[in-house]
Amino acid sequence: MAAPILSTPSHSRDGGPILEVRNLRVEFPTRRGVLTALDDVSFDIAPGEVLGVVGESGAGKSMTGAAIIGLLEPPGRIAGGQILLNGRRIDNLPYEQMRRIRGKEIGAIFQDPLTTLNPLYTVGRQLTETMQTHLDISDREARQRAIGWLEMVGIPAAAQRVDSYPHEFSGGMRQRVVIALALCAEPKLIVADEPTTALDVSIQAQIIALLKRLAREKGTAMMLVTHDMGVIAETADRVAVMYAGCIAEIGPVREVVKAPKHPYSEGLMASIPPLDRKVDHLAGIEGAMPRLSAIPKGCAFNTRCPHVFDRCRHERPELLETGTTLATCWLYDPASEKQVPELLKDD
Amino acid sequence: MFAFILSRILQAIPVMLTVALISFAMFAYVGDPVSIMLGQDFTEAQRQQLIQDLGLDRPFFVQFGTFIGNALQGEFGLSYRLSRPVAELIAERAPATLELAFCAAAIAMFVGVPMGVYTGLYRNSWLSRAFLTFSLIGVSLPTFLIGILLILVFSVWLGWLPSFGRGDVVQLGWWSTGFLTWSGLKALILPSITLGLFQLTLIMRLVRAEMLEVLRTDYIKFARARGLGNRAVHFGHALKNTLVPVITIAGLQLGGIIAFAIVTETVFQWPGMGLLFIQSVGAADIPVMAAYLMLIALVFVTINLIVDLLYYLVDPRLRSSMGAARGGH
Repeated sequence: MAAPILSTPSHSRDGGPILEVRNLRVEFPTRRGVLTALDDVSFDIAPGEVLGVVGESGAGKSMTGAAIIGLLEPPGRIAGGQILLNGRRIDNLPYEQMRRIRGKEIGAIFQDPLTTLNPLYTVGRQLTETMQTHLDISDREARQRAIGWLEMVGIPAAAQRVDSYPHEFSGGMRQRVVIALALCAEPKLIVADEPTTALDVSIQAQIIALLKRLAREKGTAMMLVTHDMGVIAETADRVAVMYAGCIAEIGPVREVVKAPKHPYSEGLMASIPPLDRKVDHLAGIEGAMPRLSAIPKGCAFNTRCPHVFDRCRHERPELLETGTTLATCWLYDPASEKQVPELLKDD
Repeated sequence: MFAFILSRILQAIPVMLTVALISFAMFAYVGDPVSIMLGQDFTEAQRQQLIQDLGLDRPFFVQFGTFIGNALQGEFGLSYRLSRPVAELIAERAPATLELAFCAAAIAMFVGVPMGVYTGLYRNSWLSRAFLTFSLIGVSLPTFLIGILLILVFSVWLGWLPSFGRGDVVQLGWWSTGFLTWSGLKALILPSITLGLFQLTLIMRLVRAEMLEVLRTDYIKFARARGLGNRAVHFGHALKNTLVPVITIAGLQLGGIIAFAIVTETVFQWPGMGLLFIQSVGAADIPVMAAYLMLIALVFVTINLIVDLLYYLVDPRLRSSMGAARGGH
């Protein structure tokens, strides 16, 4: 496998990546057999880097995040592969050890700020509780820091608001509180699962700007799961495109957005309306993403792919070098060239 | 807060008036008190005299007004059966029922809630399954049968516990308590279990269902994602969020325990208000029945008020909406 693009090209770093996901496979045993929700997912995140993860609903974006923080919904389970945090395997840790990592080393931000906070406790209490779980600090110190964090995420009059309950905040303000909660034990990695999807468009930009600023200031790496390409283009250093539980393409965000290599990413980018000119017809991708129980043999995208050829229907592609990105597509295997020379020339 | 309590008390007035009307109607429509009081031999003059004495010849609303006036002072007249003031009879019997209800409710809460939490958290363990099976028995077996079975096992076969009565009681002012003597405590065990078992299983199933519901919410997942320990997640975050529905049901059940202790009291010949009520029904002793009805209504209304106040303590969202109602915030 070609390592240089899988890890970060745009950031220099001293040690290894903060997060390494290696051939991750997640399965859901059901009555009608085992469903494979994630299949052979691999990527790295370097310290301070923002990796965007995009794809349609059900592509496995959130599942990947849940697997990393060790909170897959049962009966889902990691059936293969490894997850390494700072070089240490975390996918097979006992619950109690993983608990100590959650919040302390990996922070999480969820989608809907209206339901993420416990309605019965003040935001201050939720902050101090989180900090005191992970850090050895006094009640006074924790409260001071809680106010500090609320200020840092831009909550006005933080010293008074610290004793307010979640329902006394607007959605955008609550998401700021959630961000403070994710960051308050100073983790080096944040898994943000659609952090702006539930918010008003005008608030989305503020939250993204805040996340970006805090990640930069604290040197926090981030896995940003979203289906909003605008957010990705704005925030991410690299982007992974997911399709039906696999990574379709991964690479620097400019490359993937401007010159996607995988036919699926190509279709995805073509379906975003351009702002600078008027288009009569927006390109889409024929068909729909297969259900987990009906993923075709070979490449998962072969039923919808405009460039499909024989090999795609039999063999599952692995991540292949495309020059600028990595894509799981046989078009980029030199061995395929003989079969479909005209398609490659097309690109 | 004060405005809230006041509005609740105002809402309770029509409820109490309705119950009073029904109680009062019993005098007119259930049996004929005059013939009951007069017995077999009487003259027409005696009859007219009694009707006049009892005020039965006055218009309906005047009679009803007098009834309410008296009820407000705790005055329900004389028992037909025992020829003693009803208020006195009830005051005598109330401690027995209240102590029994208290023990039954305590058993239901302190056993039911932990069992519910356990079965909610570990729903596939064999112990959870055992609890659930047991709860089905508790829900489906009628109270009198459970009482009789307990008597059979613990009084007849094993001979450990008394099968009837309150044991020795100690008089504290007008309150007679069984809590202070060994035999009084022993006598409480079987009836409290009998009375509390249904509520226990109900609370257990309710807590379990609520826990399962709450454990699926985002804020519980987020609490886990923040690395909080199991104890903080389960008890600090999950259990507290199940409290509002649990308080509602437990409150209503407590009213039910007091009101429907009748069966248990009959089985164990427990000298409480329920037994008094049953005996009064048998003798068509309407003043006692009317007073009992009003007392139970009062108990329910009071418990509902307390339940509403507990919501207010538990859920800050309600607190601020009440605050908004009084124009603050």
